[in-house]
Amino acid sequence: MSAVGVAAVPRGTLGRRVGRSVTDWLPAAAVLVGGIVLWEALVRGLEIKRFILPAPSAIADTLWERRGPLFDAGIYTFTEAFGGFVVGCTLAVLAAIGLARFRRLARSLMPFAIAANAVPIIAFAPITNQWFGPLEKTSKMAIAAILVFFPVLVNTLRGLTSVRPSSIELMRSYAAGEIQIFRRVRLPNALPYIFSALKVATVLAMIGAIVGEYFLSSQEALGFQIRNSAALFQFELAWAAIVVASVLGILFYGSVVLVERLTMGWHASARRE
Amino acid sequence: MSSAPLAVSIKGLSKRFERGDVLALDAIDLDVRPGEFVSLIGPSGCGKSTLLRIIGDLIQPSEGAAEVNGKSAHQARLDRDYGIVFQDAVLYDWRTVTRNISLPLEMAGWDRRRRDERIREMLELVELTGFEKHHPWQLSGGMQQRVSIARALSFSPALLLMDEPFGALDEMTRERLNNELLRIWNETGSTVVFVTHSIAESVFLSTRVAVMSARPGRIAGIVEVDLPQPRGPETREHPRFAEHITQVRRLLREGHADEAVEGETEVALYVAEEGL
Repeated sequence: MSAVGVAAVPRGTLGRRVGRSVTDWLPAAAVLVGGIVLWEALVRGLEIKRFILPAPSAIADTLWERRGPLFDAGIYTFTEAFGGFVVGCTLAVLAAIGLARFRRLARSLMPFAIAANAVPIIAFAPITNQWFGPLEKTSKMAIAAILVFFPVLVNTLRGLTSVRPSSIELMRSYAAGEIQIFRRVRLPNALPYIFSALKVATVLAMIGAIVGEYFLSSQEALGFQIRNSAALFQFELAWAAIVVASVLGILFYGSVVLVERLTMGWHASARRE
Repeated sequence: MSSAPLAVSIKGLSKRFERGDVLALDAIDLDVRPGEFVSLIGPSGCGKSTLLRIIGDLIQPSEGAAEVNGKSAHQARLDRDYGIVFQDAVLYDWRTVTRNISLPLEMAGWDRRRRDERIREMLELVELTGFEKHHPWQLSGGMQQRVSIARALSFSPALLLMDEPFGALDEMTRERLNNELLRIWNETGSTVVFVTHSIAESVFLSTRVAVMSARPGRIAGIVEVDLPQPRGPETREHPRFAEHITQVRRLLREGHADEAVEGETEVALYVAEEGL
Protein backbone atom coordinates (compact mmCIF):
# COMPACT_ATOMS: atom_id res chain seq x y z
CA MET A 1 0.00 0.00 0.00
CA SER A 2 2.63 2.49 1.00
CA ALA A 3 4.87 1.39 -1.89
CA VAL A 4 2.15 2.43 -4.35
CA GLY A 5 1.83 5.79 -2.58
CA VAL A 6 5.57 6.48 -2.83
CA ALA A 7 5.75 5.47 -6.49
CA ALA A 8 2.89 7.79 -7.40
CA VAL A 9 4.69 10.83 -5.99
CA PRO A 10 6.52 13.02 -8.56
CA ARG A 11 10.26 13.47 -8.06
CA GLY A 12 10.14 17.26 -7.60
CA THR A 13 11.28 18.54 -4.19
CA LEU A 14 7.98 20.05 -3.13
CA GLY A 15 5.94 17.16 -4.47
CA ARG A 16 8.25 14.70 -2.82
CA ARG A 17 8.06 16.49 0.50
CA VAL A 18 4.25 16.66 0.44
CA GLY A 19 4.05 13.08 -0.78
CA ARG A 20 6.39 11.92 1.93
CA SER A 21 4.43 13.69 4.65
CA VAL A 22 1.19 12.15 3.32
CA THR A 23 2.69 8.67 3.35
CA ASP A 24 4.14 9.42 6.79
CA TRP A 25 0.69 10.23 8.12
CA LEU A 26 -1.20 7.51 6.31
CA PRO A 27 -0.49 4.62 8.75
CA ALA A 28 -1.46 6.71 11.77
CA ALA A 29 -4.66 7.96 10.13
CA ALA A 30 -5.54 4.39 9.15
CA VAL A 31 -5.05 3.20 12.73
CA LEU A 32 -7.25 6.03 14.03
CA VAL A 33 -10.10 5.33 11.60
CA GLY A 34 -9.72 1.57 12.04
CA GLY A 35 -9.78 1.92 15.83
CA ILE A 36 -12.98 3.96 15.80
CA VAL A 37 -14.68 1.55 13.38
CA LEU A 38 -13.61 -1.43 15.52
CA TRP A 39 -14.87 0.33 18.67
CA GLU A 40 -18.26 1.00 17.05
CA ALA A 41 -18.50 -2.59 15.79
CA LEU A 42 -17.56 -4.11 19.15
CA VAL A 43 -20.03 -1.96 21.10
CA ARG A 44 -22.87 -2.92 18.70
CA GLY A 45 -21.90 -6.56 18.14
CA LEU A 46 -21.26 -7.42 21.80
CA GLU A 47 -24.09 -5.17 23.02
CA ILE A 48 -21.79 -3.49 25.50
CA LYS A 49 -23.73 -1.48 28.11
CA ARG A 50 -23.53 2.25 27.51
CA PHE A 51 -22.31 2.94 31.08
CA ILE A 52 -19.28 0.76 30.38
CA LEU A 53 -18.46 2.15 26.93
CA PRO A 54 -20.75 4.19 24.68
CA ALA A 55 -20.42 3.85 20.91
CA PRO A 56 -18.34 6.53 19.13
CA SER A 57 -21.38 7.53 17.09
CA ALA A 58 -23.38 8.21 20.29
CA ILE A 59 -20.48 10.26 21.71
CA ALA A 60 -20.25 12.21 18.46
CA ASP A 61 -23.99 12.94 18.51
CA THR A 62 -23.80 14.25 22.08
CA LEU A 63 -20.70 16.27 21.25
CA TRP A 64 -22.55 17.95 18.39
CA GLU A 65 -25.79 18.56 20.36
CA ARG A 66 -24.00 20.05 23.38
CA ARG A 67 -21.21 21.77 21.45
CA GLY A 68 -21.95 25.23 22.89
CA PRO A 69 -21.70 24.45 26.62
CA LEU A 70 -18.89 21.93 26.04
CA PHE A 71 -16.86 24.49 24.12
CA ASP A 72 -17.37 27.06 26.89
CA ALA A 73 -16.38 24.52 29.53
CA GLY A 74 -13.30 23.64 27.47
CA ILE A 75 -12.26 27.30 27.26
CA TYR A 76 -12.87 27.73 31.00
CA THR A 77 -10.61 24.80 31.88
CA PHE A 78 -8.02 25.66 29.26
CA THR A 79 -7.76 29.17 30.76
CA GLU A 80 -6.94 27.59 34.10
CA ALA A 81 -4.39 25.20 32.60
CA PHE A 82 -2.77 27.92 30.50
CA GLY A 83 -2.63 30.39 33.40
CA GLY A 84 -0.98 27.78 35.61
CA PHE A 85 1.39 26.84 32.77
CA VAL A 86 2.53 30.45 32.26
CA VAL A 87 2.97 31.19 35.97
CA GLY A 88 4.65 27.85 36.81
CA CYS A 89 7.00 27.84 33.81
CA THR A 90 7.99 31.49 34.25
CA LEU A 91 8.81 31.01 37.92
CA ALA A 92 10.68 27.77 37.15
CA VAL A 93 12.85 29.32 34.42
CA LEU A 94 13.62 32.33 36.62
CA ALA A 95 14.50 30.04 39.54
CA ALA A 96 16.73 27.95 37.27
CA ILE A 97 18.54 31.09 36.08
CA GLY A 98 19.11 32.11 39.70
CA LEU A 99 20.36 28.67 40.66
CA ALA A 100 22.64 28.51 37.60
CA ARG A 101 24.24 31.74 38.80
CA PHE A 102 24.63 30.63 42.42
CA ARG A 103 25.88 27.09 42.05
CA ARG A 104 26.39 26.53 45.78
CA LEU A 105 22.75 27.33 46.47
CA ALA A 106 21.77 25.01 43.63
CA ARG A 107 23.78 22.17 45.16
CA SER A 108 21.86 22.45 48.44
CA LEU A 109 18.42 22.94 46.84
CA MET A 110 18.46 20.64 43.83
CA PRO A 111 18.07 17.37 45.78
CA PHE A 112 14.74 18.72 47.02
CA ALA A 113 13.62 19.80 43.55
CA ILE A 114 14.50 16.37 42.18
CA ALA A 115 12.68 14.71 45.09
CA ALA A 116 9.65 16.95 44.48
CA ASN A 117 9.68 15.71 40.89
CA ALA A 118 9.08 12.20 42.18
CA VAL A 119 6.21 13.21 44.49
CA PRO A 120 2.57 12.92 43.26
CA ILE A 121 1.99 16.65 43.59
CA ILE A 122 -1.57 16.29 42.30
CA ALA A 123 -2.39 15.00 45.82
CA PHE A 124 -2.19 18.63 46.96
CA ALA A 125 -5.15 19.61 44.78
CA PRO A 126 -7.73 19.63 47.63
CA ILE A 127 -5.36 21.86 49.65
CA THR A 128 -4.85 24.46 46.91
CA ASN A 129 -8.63 24.35 46.37
CA GLN A 130 -9.05 25.49 49.96
CA TRP A 131 -6.26 28.05 49.81
CA PHE A 132 -7.45 29.84 46.69
CA GLY A 133 -11.19 29.06 46.81
CA PRO A 134 -12.59 25.99 45.04
CA LEU A 135 -14.90 28.05 42.80
CA GLU A 136 -12.08 30.33 41.64
CA LYS A 137 -9.94 29.66 38.60
CA THR A 138 -6.88 30.60 40.65
CA SER A 139 -7.10 27.41 42.73
CA LYS A 140 -6.75 25.27 39.57
CA MET A 141 -4.05 27.54 38.18
CA ALA A 142 -2.15 27.05 41.42
CA ILE A 143 -2.19 23.28 41.21
CA ALA A 144 -1.24 23.39 37.49
CA ALA A 145 1.58 25.83 38.29
CA ILE A 146 2.97 23.62 41.05
CA LEU A 147 2.76 20.57 38.81
CA VAL A 148 4.75 22.17 35.98
CA PHE A 149 7.27 23.98 38.20
CA PHE A 150 9.64 21.17 39.17
CA PRO A 151 10.17 19.41 35.84
CA VAL A 152 10.75 22.77 34.11
CA LEU A 153 13.15 23.88 36.87
CA VAL A 154 15.22 20.69 36.81
CA ASN A 155 15.42 20.54 33.01
CA THR A 156 16.22 24.22 32.54
CA LEU A 157 18.97 24.12 35.13
CA ARG A 158 20.46 21.06 33.45
CA GLY A 159 20.42 22.89 30.12
CA LEU A 160 22.02 26.02 31.56
CA THR A 161 24.82 24.11 33.28
CA SER A 162 25.61 21.29 30.85
CA VAL A 163 27.69 23.50 28.60
CA ARG A 164 30.97 22.21 27.19
CA PRO A 165 33.85 23.84 29.12
CA SER A 166 35.53 24.85 25.87
CA SER A 167 32.41 26.84 24.85
CA ILE A 168 32.79 28.89 28.01
CA GLU A 169 36.57 29.23 27.57
CA LEU A 170 36.03 30.53 24.06
CA MET A 171 33.69 33.23 25.34
CA ARG A 172 36.14 34.16 28.08
CA SER A 173 38.86 34.48 25.45
CA TYR A 174 36.67 37.21 23.92
CA ALA A 175 36.67 38.98 27.31
CA ALA A 176 33.01 38.06 27.81
CA GLY A 177 31.49 38.51 31.26
CA GLU A 178 29.03 36.20 32.98
CA ILE A 179 25.98 37.97 31.55
CA GLN A 180 27.23 37.74 27.97
CA ILE A 181 28.16 34.08 28.45
CA PHE A 182 24.68 33.50 29.80
CA ARG A 183 22.92 35.26 26.96
CA ARG A 184 25.00 33.92 24.10
CA VAL A 185 25.91 30.41 25.26
CA ARG A 186 24.04 29.11 28.29
CA LEU A 187 20.56 30.20 27.24
CA PRO A 188 20.71 28.93 23.63
CA ASN A 189 22.29 25.74 24.94
CA ALA A 190 19.38 25.32 27.36
CA LEU A 191 16.63 25.89 24.77
CA PRO A 192 16.23 22.23 23.72
CA TYR A 193 16.03 21.25 27.40
CA ILE A 194 13.51 24.00 28.14
CA PHE A 195 11.28 23.07 25.23
CA SER A 196 11.20 19.39 26.10
CA ALA A 197 10.14 20.41 29.63
CA LEU A 198 7.51 22.83 28.28
CA LYS A 199 5.98 20.05 26.19
CA VAL A 200 5.63 17.85 29.27
CA ALA A 201 4.30 20.88 31.15
CA THR A 202 1.37 21.37 28.73
CA VAL A 203 0.15 17.86 29.58
CA LEU A 204 0.73 18.34 33.31
CA ALA A 205 -1.12 21.67 33.32
CA MET A 206 -4.19 20.10 31.70
CA ILE A 207 -4.07 17.21 34.17
CA GLY A 208 -3.72 19.64 37.08
CA ALA A 209 -6.68 21.77 36.01
CA ILE A 210 -9.05 18.86 35.29
CA VAL A 211 -8.16 16.76 38.33
CA GLY A 212 -8.41 19.89 40.48
CA GLU A 213 -11.92 20.36 39.12
CA TYR A 214 -12.86 16.79 40.01
CA PHE A 215 -12.57 17.67 43.69
CA LEU A 216 -14.62 20.84 43.72
CA SER A 217 -15.12 23.58 41.17
CA SER A 218 -17.44 25.94 39.32
CA GLN A 219 -20.12 24.19 37.26
CA GLU A 220 -18.70 25.83 34.12
CA ALA A 221 -15.57 23.69 34.28
CA LEU A 222 -14.85 20.70 32.02
CA GLY A 223 -13.72 18.53 34.94
CA PHE A 224 -16.99 19.22 36.70
CA GLN A 225 -18.90 18.22 33.53
CA ILE A 226 -17.01 14.93 33.25
CA ARG A 227 -17.46 14.01 36.90
CA ASN A 228 -21.08 15.16 37.11
CA SER A 229 -22.30 13.50 33.91
CA ALA A 230 -20.62 10.24 34.90
CA ALA A 231 -22.37 10.41 38.28
CA LEU A 232 -25.74 11.10 36.54
CA PHE A 233 -25.31 8.17 34.09
CA GLN A 234 -24.89 10.62 31.16
CA PHE A 235 -21.92 8.66 29.87
CA GLU A 236 -22.07 10.03 26.33
CA LEU A 237 -21.77 13.54 27.74
CA ALA A 238 -18.85 12.54 29.99
CA TRP A 239 -17.07 11.03 26.99
CA ALA A 240 -17.82 14.05 24.85
CA ALA A 241 -16.21 16.26 27.52
CA ILE A 242 -13.19 13.94 27.57
CA VAL A 243 -12.88 14.35 23.79
CA VAL A 244 -12.92 18.14 24.23
CA ALA A 245 -10.22 17.90 26.92
CA SER A 246 -8.10 15.65 24.67
CA VAL A 247 -8.38 17.92 21.65
CA LEU A 248 -7.45 20.96 23.74
CA GLY A 249 -4.50 19.08 25.25
CA ILE A 250 -3.22 18.08 21.80
CA LEU A 251 -3.61 21.64 20.45
CA PHE A 252 -1.77 23.00 23.51
CA TYR A 253 1.09 20.53 23.03
CA GLY A 254 1.14 21.15 19.29
CA SER A 255 1.41 24.91 19.70
CA VAL A 256 4.51 24.50 21.90
CA VAL A 257 6.01 22.17 19.27
CA LEU A 258 5.30 24.86 16.67
CA VAL A 259 7.05 27.55 18.72
CA GLU A 260 9.95 25.15 19.23
CA ARG A 261 10.29 24.57 15.48
CA LEU A 262 10.18 28.30 14.80
CA THR A 263 12.78 29.29 17.40
CA MET A 264 15.10 26.31 17.05
CA GLY A 265 15.23 25.35 13.40
CA TRP A 266 18.94 24.69 13.94
CA HIS A 267 18.43 21.95 16.46
CA ALA A 268 18.99 18.25 15.80
CA SER A 269 15.36 17.38 16.54
CA ALA A 270 14.22 19.64 13.71
CA ARG A 271 16.73 18.28 11.19
CA ARG A 272 15.54 16.31 8.20
CA GLU A 273 17.44 14.21 5.74
CA MET B 1 66.00 43.65 24.26
CA SER B 2 64.47 45.21 21.15
CA SER B 3 61.67 47.76 21.24
CA ALA B 4 58.82 45.43 20.21
CA PRO B 5 57.55 43.47 23.24
CA LEU B 6 57.69 39.69 23.18
CA ALA B 7 54.49 38.02 21.97
CA VAL B 8 54.66 35.65 24.91
CA SER B 9 57.00 35.74 27.87
CA ILE B 10 56.84 33.08 30.59
CA LYS B 11 59.11 33.11 33.64
CA GLY B 12 59.40 30.56 36.43
CA LEU B 13 55.86 29.37 35.86
CA SER B 14 54.43 26.43 37.81
CA LYS B 15 50.96 25.00 38.08
CA ARG B 16 49.84 22.68 40.83
CA PHE B 17 46.31 21.29 40.73
CA GLU B 18 45.01 21.21 44.29
CA ARG B 19 42.68 18.35 43.53
CA GLY B 20 44.87 15.28 43.36
CA ASP B 21 47.87 17.44 44.36
CA VAL B 22 49.42 17.13 40.90
CA LEU B 23 52.35 19.27 39.77
CA ALA B 24 51.30 19.81 36.14
CA LEU B 25 53.92 22.39 35.17
CA ASP B 26 57.26 23.00 36.84
CA ALA B 27 59.46 26.07 36.40
CA ILE B 28 58.61 26.84 32.79
CA ASP B 29 60.58 29.55 30.98
CA LEU B 30 59.59 30.36 27.43
CA ASP B 31 59.79 33.42 25.19
CA VAL B 32 58.00 33.73 21.86
CA ARG B 33 58.99 36.58 19.56
CA PRO B 34 56.41 38.35 17.37
CA GLY B 35 55.83 36.48 14.10
CA GLU B 36 57.19 33.18 15.38
CA PHE B 37 55.43 29.85 15.03
CA VAL B 38 56.20 27.87 18.18
CA SER B 39 54.91 24.36 18.83
CA LEU B 40 54.56 22.77 22.24
CA ILE B 41 54.94 19.03 21.93
CA GLY B 42 54.96 16.33 24.56
CA PRO B 43 53.25 13.19 25.77
CA SER B 44 49.67 13.29 27.03
CA GLY B 45 49.55 14.82 30.49
CA CYS B 46 52.71 16.88 30.10
CA GLY B 47 50.77 20.07 30.72
CA LYS B 48 51.04 21.56 27.24
CA SER B 49 47.30 22.34 27.03
CA THR B 50 47.42 23.77 30.55
CA LEU B 51 50.34 25.99 29.55
CA LEU B 52 48.41 27.24 26.51
CA ARG B 53 45.41 28.06 28.71
CA ILE B 54 47.61 29.92 31.17
CA ILE B 55 48.93 32.06 28.29
CA GLY B 56 45.26 32.72 27.41
CA ASP B 57 44.41 33.59 31.06
CA LEU B 58 41.86 30.77 31.11
CA ILE B 59 43.73 29.06 33.97
CA GLN B 60 45.74 30.79 36.69
CA PRO B 61 49.32 29.65 37.38
CA SER B 62 50.36 28.67 40.92
CA GLU B 63 53.71 30.44 40.65
CA GLY B 64 55.29 32.77 38.11
CA ALA B 65 53.42 34.57 35.39
CA ALA B 66 52.77 34.73 31.68
CA GLU B 67 52.97 37.99 29.78
CA VAL B 68 51.39 38.58 26.37
CA ASN B 69 52.42 41.53 24.21
CA GLY B 70 54.25 43.04 27.19
CA LYS B 71 51.23 43.02 29.50
CA SER B 72 49.79 40.56 31.95
CA ALA B 73 47.95 37.60 30.42
CA HIS B 74 44.82 38.87 32.13
CA GLN B 75 45.03 42.32 30.55
CA ALA B 76 45.81 40.75 27.18
CA ARG B 77 42.66 38.64 27.40
CA LEU B 78 40.56 41.68 28.27
CA ASP B 79 42.14 43.49 25.30
CA ARG B 80 41.30 40.52 23.03
CA ASP B 81 44.95 40.16 22.07
CA TYR B 82 44.68 36.51 21.08
CA GLY B 83 42.41 34.14 19.20
CA ILE B 84 42.11 30.54 20.29
CA VAL B 85 41.32 27.29 18.44
CA PHE B 86 40.57 24.04 20.26
CA GLN B 87 40.82 20.43 19.12
CA ASP B 88 37.05 20.39 18.93
CA ALA B 89 35.92 23.23 16.66
CA VAL B 90 33.56 24.54 19.40
CA LEU B 91 31.15 26.07 16.95
CA TYR B 92 27.78 27.10 18.29
CA ASP B 93 25.12 24.88 16.70
CA TRP B 94 22.47 27.60 16.85
CA ARG B 95 24.58 29.97 14.74
CA THR B 96 25.28 29.71 11.03
CA VAL B 97 28.86 29.76 9.73
CA THR B 98 28.56 33.51 9.21
CA ARG B 99 27.24 34.16 12.67
CA ASN B 100 29.84 31.91 14.31
CA ILE B 101 32.62 33.97 12.73
CA SER B 102 30.70 37.09 13.64
CA LEU B 103 30.58 36.29 17.37
CA PRO B 104 33.95 37.75 18.48
CA LEU B 105 33.29 40.80 16.28
CA GLU B 106 29.93 41.33 18.00
CA MET B 107 31.68 41.01 21.35
CA ALA B 108 34.19 43.64 20.26
CA GLY B 109 31.36 45.96 19.25
CA TRP B 110 31.94 46.07 15.50
CA ASP B 111 29.03 47.45 13.49
CA ARG B 112 27.12 45.36 11.00
CA ARG B 113 28.80 46.58 7.83
CA ARG B 114 32.33 46.12 9.13
CA ARG B 115 31.41 42.65 10.39
CA ASP B 116 29.92 41.54 7.08
CA GLU B 117 32.96 42.75 5.18
CA ARG B 118 35.39 40.99 7.50
CA ILE B 119 33.39 37.75 7.47
CA ARG B 120 33.57 37.73 3.68
CA GLU B 121 37.35 38.19 3.81
CA MET B 122 37.69 35.43 6.40
CA LEU B 123 35.60 32.97 4.40
CA GLU B 124 37.85 33.68 1.42
CA LEU B 125 40.93 33.17 3.57
CA VAL B 126 39.83 29.71 4.72
CA GLU B 127 38.22 28.94 1.34
CA LEU B 128 34.68 28.47 2.60
CA THR B 129 32.90 31.04 0.43
CA GLY B 130 29.42 29.73 -0.35
CA PHE B 131 28.91 28.12 3.05
CA GLU B 132 27.72 31.31 4.79
CA LYS B 133 24.26 30.01 5.65
CA HIS B 134 25.28 26.49 6.66
CA HIS B 135 24.99 25.32 10.21
CA PRO B 136 28.04 23.66 11.82
CA TRP B 137 26.50 20.18 11.74
CA GLN B 138 26.17 20.41 7.97
CA LEU B 139 29.97 20.67 7.58
CA SER B 140 32.72 18.05 7.68
CA GLY B 141 35.19 18.03 10.57
CA GLY B 142 37.86 19.75 8.48
CA MET B 143 35.47 22.47 7.34
CA GLN B 144 34.31 23.03 10.91
CA GLN B 145 37.89 23.53 12.01
CA ARG B 146 38.44 26.03 9.18
CA VAL B 147 35.43 28.01 10.42
CA SER B 148 36.95 27.89 13.89
CA ILE B 149 40.25 29.26 12.53
CA ALA B 150 38.43 31.98 10.59
CA ARG B 151 36.63 32.95 13.78
CA ALA B 152 39.86 33.07 15.78
CA LEU B 153 41.50 35.31 13.14
CA SER B 154 38.45 37.47 12.39
CA PHE B 155 39.35 40.26 14.80
CA SER B 156 43.02 40.22 13.69
CA PRO B 157 44.60 39.19 17.00
CA ALA B 158 48.38 39.42 17.03
CA LEU B 159 48.58 36.00 18.68
CA LEU B 160 46.91 32.73 17.73
CA LEU B 161 46.73 29.96 20.35
CA MET B 162 45.95 26.50 18.96
CA ASP B 163 45.30 23.45 21.10
CA GLU B 164 45.75 20.33 18.93
CA PRO B 165 43.47 21.89 16.30
CA PHE B 166 43.91 19.05 13.80
CA GLY B 167 44.18 16.19 16.29
CA ALA B 168 40.73 14.79 15.52
CA LEU B 169 41.07 14.92 11.73
CA ASP B 170 42.19 12.24 9.30
CA GLU B 171 45.77 12.37 8.01
CA MET B 172 44.93 13.79 4.56
CA THR B 173 42.72 16.56 5.88
CA ARG B 174 45.35 17.29 8.47
CA GLU B 175 48.11 17.77 5.90
CA ARG B 176 45.92 19.99 3.77
CA LEU B 177 44.99 22.15 6.76
CA ASN B 178 48.67 22.29 7.78
CA ASN B 179 49.48 23.79 4.38
CA GLU B 180 46.56 26.18 4.69
CA LEU B 181 47.58 27.24 8.17
CA LEU B 182 51.09 28.09 6.95
CA ARG B 183 49.66 30.11 4.09
CA ILE B 184 47.41 31.99 6.54
CA TRP B 185 50.33 32.51 8.91
CA ASN B 186 52.38 33.98 6.05
CA GLU B 187 49.53 36.20 4.91
CA THR B 188 48.55 37.54 8.32
CA GLY B 189 51.99 37.70 9.94
CA SER B 190 50.54 36.68 13.30
CA THR B 191 52.34 34.79 16.03
CA VAL B 192 51.25 31.20 16.63
CA VAL B 193 51.61 28.99 19.71
CA PHE B 194 50.58 25.51 18.62
CA VAL B 195 50.02 22.48 20.86
CA THR B 196 50.36 19.09 19.19
CA HIS B 197 51.50 15.57 19.79
CA SER B 198 52.44 14.92 16.21
CA ILE B 199 56.20 15.21 15.73
CA ALA B 200 55.98 15.62 11.94
CA GLU B 201 53.33 18.31 12.27
CA SER B 202 55.37 20.29 14.78
CA VAL B 203 58.50 20.23 12.60
CA PHE B 204 56.63 21.02 9.42
CA LEU B 205 54.83 24.04 10.84
CA SER B 206 57.14 25.61 13.37
CA THR B 207 60.05 27.94 13.50
CA ARG B 208 60.78 26.47 16.94
CA VAL B 209 59.57 23.34 18.70
CA ALA B 210 59.48 23.31 22.52
CA VAL B 211 59.64 19.69 23.63
CA MET B 212 58.03 18.98 27.00
CA SER B 213 58.58 16.11 29.40
CA ALA B 214 55.86 14.25 31.24
CA ARG B 215 54.64 15.08 34.75
CA PRO B 216 55.79 17.32 36.13
CA GLY B 217 55.71 19.20 32.82
CA ARG B 218 59.06 20.77 32.03
CA ILE B 219 60.62 22.06 28.86
CA ALA B 220 63.09 19.32 27.96
CA GLY B 221 64.61 21.30 25.11
CA ILE B 222 63.95 23.56 22.16
CA VAL B 223 64.59 22.62 18.54
CA GLU B 224 65.21 25.47 16.09
CA VAL B 225 63.68 24.43 12.77
CA ASP B 226 65.70 26.12 10.01
CA LEU B 227 63.77 24.74 7.05
CA PRO B 228 63.31 27.30 4.25
CA GLN B 229 60.22 29.52 4.14
CA PRO B 230 57.64 29.57 2.68
CA ARG B 231 57.09 25.88 3.24
CA GLY B 232 54.95 23.51 1.24
CA PRO B 233 54.52 19.81 0.45
CA GLU B 234 58.16 19.71 -0.77
CA THR B 235 59.35 20.71 2.72
CA ARG B 236 58.58 17.20 3.95
CA GLU B 237 61.19 15.85 1.50
CA HIS B 238 63.88 18.32 2.58
CA PRO B 239 66.91 16.44 4.02
CA ARG B 240 66.86 18.49 7.24
CA PHE B 241 63.16 17.64 7.82
CA ALA B 242 64.08 14.10 8.90
CA GLU B 243 66.98 15.44 10.99
CA HIS B 244 64.69 17.74 12.95
CA ILE B 245 62.21 14.94 13.49
CA THR B 246 65.02 12.85 14.97
CA GLN B 247 66.05 15.74 17.23
CA VAL B 248 62.51 16.17 18.55
CA ARG B 249 62.07 12.43 18.99
CA ARG B 250 65.32 12.19 20.95
CA LEU B 251 64.32 15.01 23.28
CA LEU B 252 60.92 13.40 23.79
CA ARG B 253 62.54 10.09 24.71
CA GLU B 254 64.91 11.74 27.21
CA GLY B 255 62.10 13.57 28.97
CA HIS B 256 59.91 10.54 28.96
CA ALA B 257 61.22 8.53 31.91
CA ASP B 258 57.90 7.86 33.66
CA GLU B 259 55.51 7.11 30.86
CA ALA B 260 52.39 5.88 32.62
CA VAL B 261 50.17 8.95 32.27
CA GLU B 262 46.67 8.55 31.01
CA GLY B 263 45.44 11.07 28.48
CA GLU B 264 42.55 13.08 29.75
CA THR B 265 43.36 13.39 33.46
CA GLU B 266 44.93 16.78 33.03
CA VAL B 267 41.93 18.44 31.43
CA ALA B 268 39.54 16.67 33.82
CA LEU B 269 41.50 18.02 36.77
CA TYR B 270 41.40 21.60 35.73
CA VAL B 271 37.75 21.40 34.76
CA ALA B 272 36.98 20.13 38.25
CA GLU B 273 39.03 22.94 39.73
CA GLU B 274 37.52 25.78 37.73
CA GLY B 275 34.04 24.45 38.39
CA LEU B 276 33.05 24.91 34.78
